[in-house]
Amino acid sequence: MDRFVFLTLDGLSRGAVYAAFALALVLIWRAARVVNFAQGAMAVAAAYVAYSVASATGSYWLGFVVALVAGLALGALVDRAVMRYVDHASPLNPVIVALGLVLLIQAVLGMVYGSEFRPAEVPFSRGAFTVGGFAVLSPYDLFVFGAVAVVVCALAWIFARTAIGLRMRAAAFAPEVSRLLGVNVGGMLTLGWALASGVGALAAMLVIPTELGLHPHAMDLVFVSSFTAAVVGGLDSPPGALVGGLVVGLVLSYVSGYAGSDLTPLAVLVLLLAVLLVRPGGLFAPVAARRV
Amino acid sequence: MSATSAATPPQQRATGGAGRPADPRRGSTLLRHLAVAAVAGLLLLGLSYAVEPFRNFQIATVAAYLCATAGLTVLTGLNGQLSLGHGALMATGAYTVALCQNAFYDRGATGGLLLLVSLAAAVVVTVAVGAVVGVAAARLRGPYLAGVTLAVAVVVPALTVTFNGVFNGEQGLSVPVEPPPLALGAYFPYERWQLWIAGAATLLTLLLLANLVRSRYGRTFRAVRDDEVAARLAGIHVARTQVLAFVVSAATAGLGGALLAVLAQSVSPGAFGLTLSLFLLMAVVIGGLGRLAGAVWGAVLLVALPDLSHSVTDQLTLSAAAAQRLEGNLPLAIFGITLVVVMLVAPGGVQGLLSRLGRALLARWRARRS
Repeated sequence: MDRFVFLTLDGLSRGAVYAAFALALVLIWRAARVVNFAQGAMAVAAAYVAYSVASATGSYWLGFVVALVAGLALGALVDRAVMRYVDHASPLNPVIVALGLVLLIQAVLGMVYGSEFRPAEVPFSRGAFTVGGFAVLSPYDLFVFGAVAVVVCALAWIFARTAIGLRMRAAAFAPEVSRLLGVNVGGMLTLGWALASGVGALAAMLVIPTELGLHPHAMDLVFVSSFTAAVVGGLDSPPGALVGGLVVGLVLSYVSGYAGSDLTPLAVLVLLLAVLLVRPGGLFAPVAARRV
Repeated sequence: MSATSAATPPQQRATGGAGRPADPRRGSTLLRHLAVAAVAGLLLLGLSYAVEPFRNFQIATVAAYLCATAGLTVLTGLNGQLSLGHGALMATGAYTVALCQNAFYDRGATGGLLLLVSLAAAVVVTVAVGAVVGVAAARLRGPYLAGVTLAVAVVVPALTVTFNGVFNGEQGLSVPVEPPPLALGAYFPYERWQLWIAGAATLLTLLLLANLVRSRYGRTFRAVRDDEVAARLAGIHVARTQVLAFVVSAATAGLGGALLAVLAQSVSPGAFGLTLSLFLLMAVVIGGLGRLAGAVWGAVLLVALPDLSHSVTDQLTLSAAAAQRLEGNLPLAIFGITLVVVMLVAPGGVQGLLSRLGRALLARWRARRS
């Protein structure tokens, strides 16, 4: 029981990160109909920038802010410099280009920083509080929950309440009409990429200290897990991504706790296949016919 | 349709007069492909004597990669299914060959034909795995398929560690291979023998694939890629066609992986990670999606570019650590940039550019002659 409570809380904490990362995938999918396979590599790049700043200045928080800014900038850059020019007629093309970016970003990081694991520092202790003999959440877990909650609320507020959020939704929903009504559709797309990449950078900052450390490939498995989370929730649904993230976090936590951590990639694959074969649109998607 | 339009059939040439069949090429496809394969085989045989052993080994490695890239280009270019899991399928073939060869050696069985049995076993096992993945893949489209196959690629190292007793974890297995037969002489270089094995297997694979591509099955592959609904209306079983394409391509990937294991005489999970899958895709795209000749260019690049970057870093004066970082990552960076640039500028890849150039030269020559 003790172990079960611990694994559940740990899974929720991990799931919060997957949820944030899945949310970033969903943002880009809704805006541009592209699954950004380069998101993991882009987020790691932002985390490396934070690492450099933090080790130069000695301040974790300065590095944290710089990582978010770097994430935003990288997202905008990727859209402006590359993705904008990809022919979207075949859904394969953006995926292939994103994979090229993965190779490129990971290679550049490997050249600059080398491919050994670097320790990532944490702002709060990772030692768990004990309540009545149960090991429960650590201060760092609370920080993770808080950060993800703030980002989710901020995004919800932007999309639901602000004029710019309305424009972004309009640009994604009906680009031609929006353009006629004076919306800068290209700009909104860039903004969407920037926001998504910023959220991805935040997720990387939160998850990397809980794993082996900073490494060009540090987010590969996180990406696969978060993609699964996004698919579980349905790629079109932001609330679905949040629920999917928590579900995937819990499943992975139980699998690694009860069956061994080597099996987590297999668990991700099985979960992904099960969801796609049983309910391809995700748990939250309305029934839709394929366009002819 | 830029990624896939690279594979549009050659334009109808205006050579056919009245009463000629629509296809201006004369003779049987099989005979023509057999002739090309025979010439290629003879060239390879000559080459194996002309170059030094190390180059022999490199060409053999190209041949092993070529098996996998040729299958992937049929799957992605002609059938429109993107697979990021071909590295995992190659690992399946490689581990099967390792387990078979070890089993034979533990029982004291020797003989030149055992390797053939092991390679066949590798193909069979990979076909089985590919059928399972392919059945799932046939229900998935675009990014979903990419995501699932990505997960397959990530699973392989985890499996080898989990089933430590069979696969020996991170260490991997060694692959005992017979020396060249004595009939070839006592001083026959081992690398030349490797090239013969890999070259023969690859030529056979390419011959089969080339015939498949130009057969009824090849046409149904393309029909499904271009428009599933229209293909279904034309009486094509879409899911079955997609599974068939995946299985064919899995078989070639398994053979490619098995050949790599035989060449390296060892397998370890590190060699079959996600990067290998990305490399294969990149080779296929840069060579020209859907073209077997493009797969050749891609496979050559996979072997040549690391070698080239090694010699470039040797030229520069760097500290040992920096040189090591640069050497490991330079090919990755070049691959990545090339992939992005090719997709943006020349979706037909190298082979697309070459055939455009060839057509332009031909047109100019015809114009001058008339």
